[in-house]
Amino acid sequence: MGFIEWATSPLGQNVPIHIAWFLIWVALIAGMLFLIVHVIYIRYFAGAKEFAADASPEIAARLPARVPRHSLVARAFHWIMAASMFTLLFTAFLPKAGVQFDWVTYHWIAGVVLTVSVVFHIFHASFFLDFWSIWPDKADLEDAWKRVQRFLGKPAGLPRKFAKYPLENKLYHGAIIVTGMSAILTGVFMMSRVRTPFFRRNPYLFTDMTWGLMYVLHGLAGVGLITLVIVHVYFAVRPEKLPITASMIVGSMSREFYLQEHDPKRWVVETLPNPRRGVADAD
Amino acid sequence: MAVIRDVMPAFQLFQPNSIAEAQRLLEQHGQDAWVMAGGLDSFDWLKDRIKRPKALVDLSGIEELRGVRTTADGIEIGAMTTLTEVVGNPIIQQKYGLLAQAAELVASPQIRNQGTLGGNVSQDARCWYYRAGWPCYRAGGNICYADTPVGRNREHAILHAERCVAVNPSDSAPALIALDAKFVMQTPKGERVVDAEDYFIGPEIDITRMNILQPGYLLTAIRIPSAWAGAQFYFEKVRDRNVWDFPLLNVASAMMLSGDTIQGIRIAVNAAAARPLRLKAVEDAVRGKQRTATTGELAGKLAVQGAIPLQFNAYKVPLMRNLVKRAISGVEEATWAS
Repeated sequence: MGFIEWATSPLGQNVPIHIAWFLIWVALIAGMLFLIVHVIYIRYFAGAKEFAADASPEIAARLPARVPRHSLVARAFHWIMAASMFTLLFTAFLPKAGVQFDWVTYHWIAGVVLTVSVVFHIFHASFFLDFWSIWPDKADLEDAWKRVQRFLGKPAGLPRKFAKYPLENKLYHGAIIVTGMSAILTGVFMMSRVRTPFFRRNPYLFTDMTWGLMYVLHGLAGVGLITLVIVHVYFAVRPEKLPITASMIVGSMSREFYLQEHDPKRWVVETLPNPRRGVADAD
Repeated sequence: MAVIRDVMPAFQLFQPNSIAEAQRLLEQHGQDAWVMAGGLDSFDWLKDRIKRPKALVDLSGIEELRGVRTTADGIEIGAMTTLTEVVGNPIIQQKYGLLAQAAELVASPQIRNQGTLGGNVSQDARCWYYRAGWPCYRAGGNICYADTPVGRNREHAILHAERCVAVNPSDSAPALIALDAKFVMQTPKGERVVDAEDYFIGPEIDITRMNILQPGYLLTAIRIPSAWAGAQFYFEKVRDRNVWDFPLLNVASAMMLSGDTIQGIRIAVNAAAARPLRLKAVEDAVRGKQRTATTGELAGKLAVQGAIPLQFNAYKVPLMRNLVKRAISGVEEATWAS
């Protein structure tokens, strides 16, 4: 039982054709296992969150009652991306699970929507948002190390409060970049194998081996996204994360939640109208 | 074409003598089982060593699956009834002549003696890239070798192609659709009856199958209601070799006329797509109209709307247009248009 399905090409070459479909179930189980383990960890092992210092009363007093977190454009991107991602996953994997329907057209249309929205997001985040807010920095790594040491019962100082995004959030974003871009880039080439208005069909764009590897990478990214999406939805509905989830709908979070989780020095919120800084990119 | 290797791979051979026993075997072996009716499709696959089932269930010993029976509302034909028996059956000839005409044009007399009605409607695609064992979409791969600028696709689909461009090669299927037949299957959940056109599926639904049969399913009978008995029938098949060949295209129609007015009609074509196509738009357009060359012309044009020919099969578009025209207005009324 291999992870990849192989076939013999007309030229007698042994080529990969796609991933083994049991990996869909592996990804589903992995996502569910993560969920169960995390629930057990939170219930029985996790201690109360402790941070180094609170914001000064002066800073707290300057904050608005609702702290802006996601601009309307960023939120729109997030939900368009979410809708296209769910469509892609369902159209890709439901037929493999026995639910048969005309999936290819819906799949490539959702793929085009995702591709366009991601291209827009890259442009928007690079030039109009705080680009670096989603990337791990030195402080994240230092604080993560402190948290690990404290969890293991070793002496370590208190970690700082988070910047706009906790390290876990940033790492998740990184994983989505790797899997999402793998699926998108391979998917764009794979569109030349089906009938769309965008490309003239050309199955001989690459060799059988290159095509096979492309299908395998697309499949691996796809099943990886199953797990990642399960994890994402799980955190979105966890009670302690609901204010963050709500901010992806309404655009802001309460001053109390902001002060409880975030360090005003690391995520500076300007209280001017339409503050540009602090309204960073979407997850 | 595939190299015939002649020696079949080893498999367990089961020869049940009842539907219940066959059903039990199919459920027991699931995806490892291969159902064999007349063997004319099966032996190609097995001798080429492209399909390698672990268990082969030979239905030839099941008497329940043979014969033509009259029912309260028409007839029921056992799935293992040979095509020769279908052609020679007096009830079919008298009331459902369309099926007799179609079955008589299947392959050669020897093949009709061995081939069954159930096998004819359930046979696999004849695309040679697929039959040669190449890893195409239909074989579970990720390419269609026929749908390329240099692919040999003269016999392939002009309608509803979706990655795979193979066509359904059955002659009896469009006749059964035109007669509003029902296909009876035994499934692990009990008996299931579907309309003839719903028995077939295209690549957009499942690219590796041509019909809804799944592991554990067994097509047992085909029922033809009396609603279209004695109607005005038309069947025409165009093939490269008139003595023995698969269709390049075929058309079947059943028409109820009142004078020259078309009161009701069912019409289907095959070898134009991966499943036989019932032409509902054509039926709706000509119902209530006079059966004339003009109506036939209209029907022909409507039938080929949306056709996308491949590199070497553009001829199928005017061919289908003319076949549909002839099916509506008759050979005498129809004139050829290129």
